[in-house]
Amino acid sequence: MAVNRRLWLLALPFLGTLIVPLYGAREPYLFGFPFFYWYLFAWLLVLPPLIWFVDRGRRQ
Amino acid sequence: MSTAVHWTAWSVFAFFFALVTLLGFVAARWKKADLNLRHEWGLGGRRFGTAITWFLLGGDLYTAYTVIAVPALVYATGAYGFFAVPYTIVAFPIFYVFAPRLWNVCHRHSYVTLADFAQGRYGNRWLMLAVALTGVLATLPYIALQLVGMQVVFEAMGFGGVRQGAEIALIVAFVVLAVYTYTSGLRAPAMIAFVKDTMIYVFVIAAVIVIPAKLGGYGAVFAAADRAFAAKGSGGILLHSGQAMPFASLAFGSAIALFLYPHAATGMLAASNAGTLRRNAMLLPVYSILLGLIALMGYMAIAAQVDAKGTAIVPALIMQSFPQWFAGFCCAAIALGALVPAAIMSIGAANLVTRNIWRPYIDADMTPTQEAHVAKVTSLVVKFGALAFVVFLPLEYAINLQLLGGIWIAQILPPIAFGLFTRWFRGSALLAGWAAGMALGTALSASVGMKPVFALPGIGGVYIGLIALAANIALAALLTLIADARGLARTGDVTQDADYEDAVAVRS
Repeated sequence: MAVNRRLWLLALPFLGTLIVPLYGAREPYLFGFPFFYWYLFAWLLVLPPLIWFVDRGRRQ
Repeated sequence: MSTAVHWTAWSVFAFFFALVTLLGFVAARWKKADLNLRHEWGLGGRRFGTAITWFLLGGDLYTAYTVIAVPALVYATGAYGFFAVPYTIVAFPIFYVFAPRLWNVCHRHSYVTLADFAQGRYGNRWLMLAVALTGVLATLPYIALQLVGMQVVFEAMGFGGVRQGAEIALIVAFVVLAVYTYTSGLRAPAMIAFVKDTMIYVFVIAAVIVIPAKLGGYGAVFAAADRAFAAKGSGGILLHSGQAMPFASLAFGSAIALFLYPHAATGMLAASNAGTLRRNAMLLPVYSILLGLIALMGYMAIAAQVDAKGTAIVPALIMQSFPQWFAGFCCAAIALGALVPAAIMSIGAANLVTRNIWRPYIDADMTPTQEAHVAKVTSLVVKFGALAFVVFLPLEYAINLQLLGGIWIAQILPPIAFGLFTRWFRGSALLAGWAAGMALGTALSASVGMKPVFALPGIGGVYIGLIALAANIALAALLTLIADARGLARTGDVTQDADYEDAVAVRS
């Protein structure tokens, strides 16, 4: 079975959330939330479509 | 703790508790099967589809204690307590990669526990025992903490000065739970999870809209928290320098350990196929959004100046912010949130004891009916053990042991997670690595007064579970290399590469 190349995309959530200096900031605010908080929430919104996209690569 | 009794809250609470109890018993008739067979009792017959699995795993991983403890940590430390969010972000890519392979191999070989898989893959019964014992040890304090979650909710609703009222309520709730888990097996928490999670969503959505509106919006909530931390001189709504490494390593270490817990394995293996799990990797992050919002209640409690501290802040915030009937609803949601994971944890532990300790070491000739009987009785013993723990011992014991449990459970990662992809490691080397990791993790944790983080020279604070795991992997690799160089014989592997892939006919 061919390896799904899109699996590499799953490294993004690790890089994006475990490298803390990327988002350990107050500005810019969004709806009263400091950047640190809304950035993490944004990842949770990105995650389902990301995994869906990776999974489509497996089925093709 | 207030001495007033909130009768309206208690009435609403009692209504939902009774409803769920009824469901627990009705569950025995759902997807009807012979509950005297262990895979029917302990895995619900492996028939749960995407929606049920979503509720079951979601209700299982985000427990009552989470709802209580995460905001309490955020309340006390600020941004640091938010590690729970990146933790559940990275958990799902991991889940996507490992869970379907695990489901496939376990389905093909009728494995019910992770220890069954370790036995099949490595043909080493001591490794199987190590995996099973680690799972049971890590689960017991976790169940105890679910009870703590219930207890603080009971106390918030008040007993009018009745001594030991919370303990009595706890015992009643737990006897009910024990009886329907005994009769209905995994079907009971699966059915209850649906009601309980719906209630939790209603509670949290109401809380994150209503409470900040009363406090002047999220900007005001963050500002109040910011001022409070500045006045206190510790914590903060942003991480301090030096907190980044502990924060990231706790998130990563907790994420890799999450799916090694017996209750997670039970929830995964009860799915109807590997595709169900892949879809759940996409859908479960919705629960993480909920978790992030729950964490923010720590700041809301600061801004609302609740008259409570520690684990009592969320129930206190609820009682203060909502009319009594809705506060009762929220308290019921949290308390029921304890029952689902407690049931699944006791079933997961019971499966391990029956399959991997009782059968191989005590009675090899059990019939499937006897096996189911041993599992049911074990689930009772485990639950009442946890109850005794909470009623008779200081709270710190359960908290410290649960912390150690997280460090311990990470030590079974090499045989399970690596084992799903490669047979390179030797069983005996993995066993030695496990022993070293357990010993090192426990010793490091004890050396810093039962804290999760140890300061490594030149690196800074790192989650002890990860440090122990690194030593574990290094030793297992070293011993494997040495044994291979000396040409020692390898033990058998009953699985084949194809067992880990989806069956060709089944396309998800």
